[in-house]
Amino acid sequence: MSAAAQGTSKAAHGDVASKKKKGPGALATAYLVIYNVVMTAGWLVIAVGLVRAYLARGSYHGLYYSIEKPLKFFQTGALLEIFVFPCNAFGFYLSCSGIVPSSVVLTGFQVLSRVFLTWAVTHSVREVQSEDSVLLFVTAWTVTEIIRYSFYTFSLLNHLPYLIKWARYTFFILLYPMGVTGELLTIYAALPYVQKTGLYSVTLPNKYNFSFDYYSFLILIMISYIPLFPQLYFHMLRQRKKVLGRTEDYSKVE
Amino acid sequence: MSLGTSLIVWVCFLPEVNADWLVQARGHSHYCSLIGGFPVSHRGGSEGFANYQDEALREGKSLKDEDVLQHLPVGTTATFYFRDLGAQISWVTVFLTEYTGPLVIYLLFYFRVPFIYAPKYDFTTSKHWVVHLACMCHSFHYVKRLLETLFVHRFSHGTMPLRNIFKNCTYYWGFAAWMAYYINHPLYTPPIYGEQQIRLALILFLFCQIGNFSIHIALRNLRPPGSKTRKIPYPTKNPFTWIFLLVSCPNYTYELGSWLGFTLMTQCLPVAFFTLVGFIQMTVWAKGKHRSYLKEFRDYPPLRSPILPFVL
Repeated sequence: MSAAAQGTSKAAHGDVASKKKKGPGALATAYLVIYNVVMTAGWLVIAVGLVRAYLARGSYHGLYYSIEKPLKFFQTGALLEIFVFPCNAFGFYLSCSGIVPSSVVLTGFQVLSRVFLTWAVTHSVREVQSEDSVLLFVTAWTVTEIIRYSFYTFSLLNHLPYLIKWARYTFFILLYPMGVTGELLTIYAALPYVQKTGLYSVTLPNKYNFSFDYYSFLILIMISYIPLFPQLYFHMLRQRKKVLGRTEDYSKVE
Repeated sequence: MSLGTSLIVWVCFLPEVNADWLVQARGHSHYCSLIGGFPVSHRGGSEGFANYQDEALREGKSLKDEDVLQHLPVGTTATFYFRDLGAQISWVTVFLTEYTGPLVIYLLFYFRVPFIYAPKYDFTTSKHWVVHLACMCHSFHYVKRLLETLFVHRFSHGTMPLRNIFKNCTYYWGFAAWMAYYINHPLYTPPIYGEQQIRLALILFLFCQIGNFSIHIALRNLRPPGSKTRKIPYPTKNPFTWIFLLVSCPNYTYELGSWLGFTLMTQCLPVAFFTLVGFIQMTVWAKGKHRSYLKEFRDYPPLRSPILPFVL
């Protein structure tokens, strides 16, 4: 009898222990705040750069060149999120906004695909840099990242304005498809140049008995958007329901 | 019957419990027979169907199949927690499927079946003898694995999650196709250092194949037939097992050696990738195994490393 009672009480204790959440320490929080503030500022710089260049030229063609360097710097910097700051992705500090952890895998995948597009496509194939599709995804990324990083900053400081939370979980509805369209069009535009120059490709015979066709690889990447993009999109939609849905319930109660 | 993801059941022990029904009367103090005979714990034996396993006495640690209710540290009543592990498939099935694939796929490339290479090469054979040697080694390796699965290995768990078969087969079959494509390609380039390199590679490969097999036999002999006891493996009279002095999982060490040999023999980058990925996975497994050895046995030899002597 007593052994069974012991068993149940231990199970209850286990429940309590698992509910306690692990958060970053004070030093880690400071680092994360600095990182997120810097990233917010960086993407604001890119946004301002785009607007100024547009006003100066009077058209939206070729704006890529005016923000090329900060874009490369800050988009590449996001790699820290998957290799150094997994806390960002795990959302350890999202205690005030609720129980919504984002996945390291999804964020990591997104960062890698962005870095790939920045360096392996746009930077590597000069001819696509003047394409309008580049502006399409750069704009989408800029707006998304400004909102996302300010969201993280405010969350870390435990003062998250509802507007930011709403924006993060609403703007993507338009920005995701916009960004994806820009990305796909850019890769598509790069294809003929890659095929013509054999960029990043290795052919047989060679002493390592290996070959790589970058042209086919890019086509495979484009195809992979078909299963992957809907998953990411619906994941965000579900997150939206979870995060914004709860506050709607509260407002009904009032 | 479906019991959902978890179910708390109050159980009394009775002299015999019919496999078809669950008794919930209280107050009796007789004990049950083997937990395998208990109604909701039946395992079905057939692969690919839902199984309820791992009855847990408390949340966390699951009971083993061989545990007898009579000997569990509880009184006359106990609470059993059940966890639905999802669709399962037997280890043997998975192993046989994932190893037959590479065997067949490699041969398709070796015989240059149509639609792989340019039509003028269909059903031709390579002019390099190392390509024939590589085919023999690769095929031997997977035949050995199949035979070991059927006759040598004694598995701790009967089943694994069903989705593993898709994951594992993609890995093995995919890499086999990738490697075989280049090794059997009409434009294949043989190793730079020629016969010397190939001979050395072959010796390494065969040495490690024998070593790997010796370890499998030694591990099998640790465990009487039908049992699932766990003991510390020690070196036997077979010199290939003396590596147990330095390493917890020498089967992985030898496996790495075999694939290094094959990489050297074929001088093929995809093979090197396969070796690397396999090495990473085996290191993860070896570290896990090493840790559970240390946890389970107080007198575990301290000199041993998980997979590479003194290093890893």
